[in-house]
Amino acid sequence: MLEGVLLQTVASGLLWGCIYALIALGLTIIYGVMNIVNFAHGDFFMISMFLAYAFSLVLGLTPLASLPLVTACLFVVGVVSYKGLIKPVLNAPPLAQIFATFGLMIFLRGLAQFIFGADYRTISNVAASGRIDLGGIFVAIPQLIAAAGAVVMFVTVYLFITKTRTGWALMAVAENKQAAALMGIDGDKMFALAWGLGAACVGVAGSLLANFYYVFPEVGAVFGFLAFVTVALGGFGSISGAFFAGLIIGLTEALAGILIDPSLKYVVVFMIYLLVMLFRPRGLLGNA
Amino acid sequence: MKEHKYHIIAAAVFGTLLLFPQVINQSFYLHLMILVFLYALLGGAWNMIGGYAGQASLGHAVYFAIGAYTSTMMTLEFGINPWIGMLTGAVLAVLVSAALGYPCFRIKGHYFVIATIALGEIAFVLFTNWEWVGGAVGKHLPILSTNFIDFQFAGKMPYYYVALTLLTLQVAFTYFMEKSHFEYYFQAIRKDEDTARSLGINITRYKMFAMAFSALFMAFGGTFYAQYLLYIDPESVLPMMLSIQVCLIAILGGIGTVFGPVLGAFIMIPLAEFSRAWFGGSGSALDLVMYGLLIMVFAVMKPSGLMGFITGK
Repeated sequence: MLEGVLLQTVASGLLWGCIYALIALGLTIIYGVMNIVNFAHGDFFMISMFLAYAFSLVLGLTPLASLPLVTACLFVVGVVSYKGLIKPVLNAPPLAQIFATFGLMIFLRGLAQFIFGADYRTISNVAASGRIDLGGIFVAIPQLIAAAGAVVMFVTVYLFITKTRTGWALMAVAENKQAAALMGIDGDKMFALAWGLGAACVGVAGSLLANFYYVFPEVGAVFGFLAFVTVALGGFGSISGAFFAGLIIGLTEALAGILIDPSLKYVVVFMIYLLVMLFRPRGLLGNA
Repeated sequence: MKEHKYHIIAAAVFGTLLLFPQVINQSFYLHLMILVFLYALLGGAWNMIGGYAGQASLGHAVYFAIGAYTSTMMTLEFGINPWIGMLTGAVLAVLVSAALGYPCFRIKGHYFVIATIALGEIAFVLFTNWEWVGGAVGKHLPILSTNFIDFQFAGKMPYYYVALTLLTLQVAFTYFMEKSHFEYYFQAIRKDEDTARSLGINITRYKMFAMAFSALFMAFGGTFYAQYLLYIDPESVLPMMLSIQVCLIAILGGIGTVFGPVLGAFIMIPLAEFSRAWFGGSGSALDLVMYGLLIMVFAVMKPSGLMGFITGK
């Protein structure tokens, strides 16, 4: 009996982990390319969920059908945030950079609450429902789809960065902006791309999650923070690190939920961040 | 000469604030001013570590809550006078700040910021699940005789003067801190930490000093809040939003300046209160939209805050 519960929890934790990994991927791309932590990252995620909600309400699209649309919108949100807010503070003191994305976070959260109210909403026309039996472990189908979709997006972005010329250019700028500029790479364009790509990752994650999770203005707070923890654990800027760290966080959260206490599961996750920062500041999986 | 001019302005403002309740004593305006003083105090406290020492903490509600919970629990459980509770809370906050600061100051920049958010959230969950302090329900303070000794008053005017006194203490403390040798160390740390370290400055020690000063005044604010509203719960004294607000007030007014947070509170608190009055309810979040916009605009256009317009920086 206990074994069953444990297996069930592990499965659920791993599925959530795939989503955390995708959200963290967006954060780590932006950080890796330009050394800026986007404090509004969780709120980009929140926007994508509300967009999926709005498309379902207005156009009657299921969250999976509107996924490409939402992702495109988020790409634009990312690029616009870079052009309008980040570019002007690139050479400002670090505190001004922190405050800029921090202001964006408060603004977006407030705006969502102003427009939609603080209520929890769910999308009525979801793309899939029910659950399947995977050898004794019951898994909710929407959650399975979300995890699979997250992995597909993760691999796509990974291949884009490591296998295409544009991806190489992105990595070159991350390595050394001046040297990249001498090779004819437009650093500004790459920064904008990093922000677009980073936001597009949560665009996909948000759509996938909106299919079965609540939509509310504060949703970005938890997921944004989990992304910080995941990125810290995987090593800031590391893509493969983000994936494994995502799975670890998903597992830890799920296990802490049943082994310790559901209300304390985030305490465990936050403690991981503090411990990693204190003892392995480059991340558990990052290069020492 | 210029310095002299500021002293005169500061004295004039202070005099006006002393006389204010004698002229205007509608409870709404007194309440508004009390909030302004409280948030100026908290913003000023944040400014000590965030502005002067350059370490942006987003978990400062923790120290506020320590102040509020310590005095409240001492009164409720042991019948100890709230003024003694206030001092005990402040000492406790300083100790906690040292215990948390010592390890956390090894982390820099945004890593530090995220660590402080983590600490704030951990504290929130722990207090929410801690039955002895009332858990999520919170604690009501008993209504005692209304006099100075019991830190409870009928009417708002006495609270007004207590809040003004606390704020004055904080401002004076910051003023003398800025004039002392601390300022040189803080300046070195916030401009270039690594250089400061190579010059032999014990960075962690000075950051811990700044954090201790900051925690002390946050705790004072917490006890005042508890005695003013006579009710506390994690949602009101420990939310992330409180940590955010105190830092916003300092940023808006001008970080690393004595009067910046005061100026910030005088602009932001009335703005938030009136927007609530006009648009109804705190749930509309229009104040958040404005805060967010203001912070973005200031980060991009005027990182020195409102004080920048006065000092011309």
